[in-house]
Amino acid sequence: MKISDLIEETYSSLTVNKMRSGLTILGIVIGIGSVIAMVSIGQGAQNSIESSIQSIGSNLILVMPGAQKGPGMEISSGRGSAQSLTRDDADAIAKQVGSAKAVAPEISRRYQVVARGTNTNVSVIGTTASYPEVRNVEIDEGSFITDQNVRSLSRAAVLGPTTRDDLFGAGAEAIGQSIRINKVNFTVVGITKAKGGSGFGSQDDMVFVPLSTAQKFLAGGDYVTTISVEAQDQNSMSDVQQQISDLLTQRHHISDAQAADFSILNQTDIAATASSVTGTLTMLLGAIGGISLVVGGIGIMNMMLTTVTERTREIGLRKAIGAKKKDINSQFLAESIMLTFLGGIIGIVFGWLAASAVSKFAGISTSVSPASVLLAFGVSAAIGIVFGYYPARRAAALNPIEALRYE
Amino acid sequence: MIECENITKIYKNGNVETAAVKGVSFKIEDGEFVAIMGPSGSGKSTLMHILGALDSPSSGTYRLDGRDISKFSDDELADIRKKKIGFVFQSFNLLSRATALRNVILPLVYSGVPKPERAEIAGRSLEAAGLPADRWHHLSNQLSGGQIQRVAIARALVNDPSLILADEPTGNLDTKTGEIVLNSFRELNLNRRNTIALITHELAVAEHADRIIHIQDGLIVEDKKIRANALKV
Repeated sequence: MKISDLIEETYSSLTVNKMRSGLTILGIVIGIGSVIAMVSIGQGAQNSIESSIQSIGSNLILVMPGAQKGPGMEISSGRGSAQSLTRDDADAIAKQVGSAKAVAPEISRRYQVVARGTNTNVSVIGTTASYPEVRNVEIDEGSFITDQNVRSLSRAAVLGPTTRDDLFGAGAEAIGQSIRINKVNFTVVGITKAKGGSGFGSQDDMVFVPLSTAQKFLAGGDYVTTISVEAQDQNSMSDVQQQISDLLTQRHHISDAQAADFSILNQTDIAATASSVTGTLTMLLGAIGGISLVVGGIGIMNMMLTTVTERTREIGLRKAIGAKKKDINSQFLAESIMLTFLGGIIGIVFGWLAASAVSKFAGISTSVSPASVLLAFGVSAAIGIVFGYYPARRAAALNPIEALRYE
Repeated sequence: MIECENITKIYKNGNVETAAVKGVSFKIEDGEFVAIMGPSGSGKSTLMHILGALDSPSSGTYRLDGRDISKFSDDELADIRKKKIGFVFQSFNLLSRATALRNVILPLVYSGVPKPERAEIAGRSLEAAGLPADRWHHLSNQLSGGQIQRVAIARALVNDPSLILADEPTGNLDTKTGEIVLNSFRELNLNRRNTIALITHELAVAEHADRIIHIQDGLIVEDKKIRANALKV
């Protein structure tokens, strides 16, 4: 029996009972559709987390001070509170760690910032000219803090777009305006480009000032709260991390590495943790979809078994006029594969639409990857074969004499 | 040419063995019109299954056109049925969702006839079976009993088989329609020289054939020519 004959036979037998075929296909449509939609939600979450991690800088290593400890009694104020890291530490890292591409020390704290009758509470970061490179900050208008600003203790400030909107109104011209931070006047020299992201730690709701100015007029000390280091590339990250650790233990005269007064965070570690979480989420969502797919497959098998029983006499007749086992087998297998194939195609469209609807109406980012479409397609074809195999074999094994007598 | 030598068929049901056919030998020449007659339970259905290559005998040899097919496998038997046997069943066994023409085309699909030639071959067969051309595209469940039987006959003819086996072909028809169908077998035998074996339990039906093989309890009790074969006259 030729393929074209097989398709014709399959088509005509599936269209005899359109309702039943349709409902069976629906089972597969829901299965495939939910796998596509669920996995796309997981993938979307993964992508958005990864891109937000990437947005804080690439190949980034963060050095933070350890906990501040009082004399004698160990009263800890928590990690990051110590004033043990200094600008000199940052300079030493820049000079002595070879694979460190750029180093940006910063001192940050929240202040009430005032500008002509409006005010806002915002994170003020004192830093150096290398900050934009390390932390992926781009300038929209004006310029960022320069080395000259840092050397001359200048009172220049660069605003994030959100802060600019809060202080001067959305999109207003802010360059040259003056703001007050902690009773000290600053002149706005630049606005950074919006990065997106909201809530705590938004990269757009910040004020940047020269490090030296922040230390002298705002914090009143020469410590820094974070040193951001950009490594040459992905491969040198752990090397750089180790070198920084060695350098700082030596500089701070610490003999035991366990007692270090600083901690080092590696962006790769953060990204790996985040993507392992979202990977598990994707798997979980995919598994939920997978269950409905299996249920759909059982529906196919159920329908095929009913069909084989109903068409026993037809099978007997086909055998009597010369159909071989193989012919009967492939005919019924083709029917179940056709069902899952159609279900697969409709399911992919359906799942894709569901994913778009989710991102449109629920605001959750989704991403339908070609791999998941391919996988869903393969799985649906496989389900047709797996769940169609037994009914088809049963049909093929029927004895023609008994099948012809079947009432 | 059909040659049966000492054919037996034994069914095993647990430890109980039942012999349905107990050693039957006969020959059917090409172009003969034979009736195999016997009451129900006589073994005539079993014999028909063996003649039709639907089943293999337990012992003995069955030669169809000179080839012993008594030891053939299921798939080899399927090939024999496809090329050499045409069945006309009592209950017609047409595909009700397909047209008359499509039903006749079906054996051609399995025997690998190229698609463009199928409709023409099937049409010739339907003509020979005497179904009016305006009925060819009707679904088979819209046809009358006599028309359905003509489609069944056309389907049996379509591969130009060595043997047409008709199993109680008039069983589901009224006497008048049955008569017409039996006459069409006679015409096929006369005009197309088809070998026809008619399986029936009614003497009145069997008497339409040229020769009656009478079976009882799995044995031939009588084998007689009731009229000279029309072809040899």
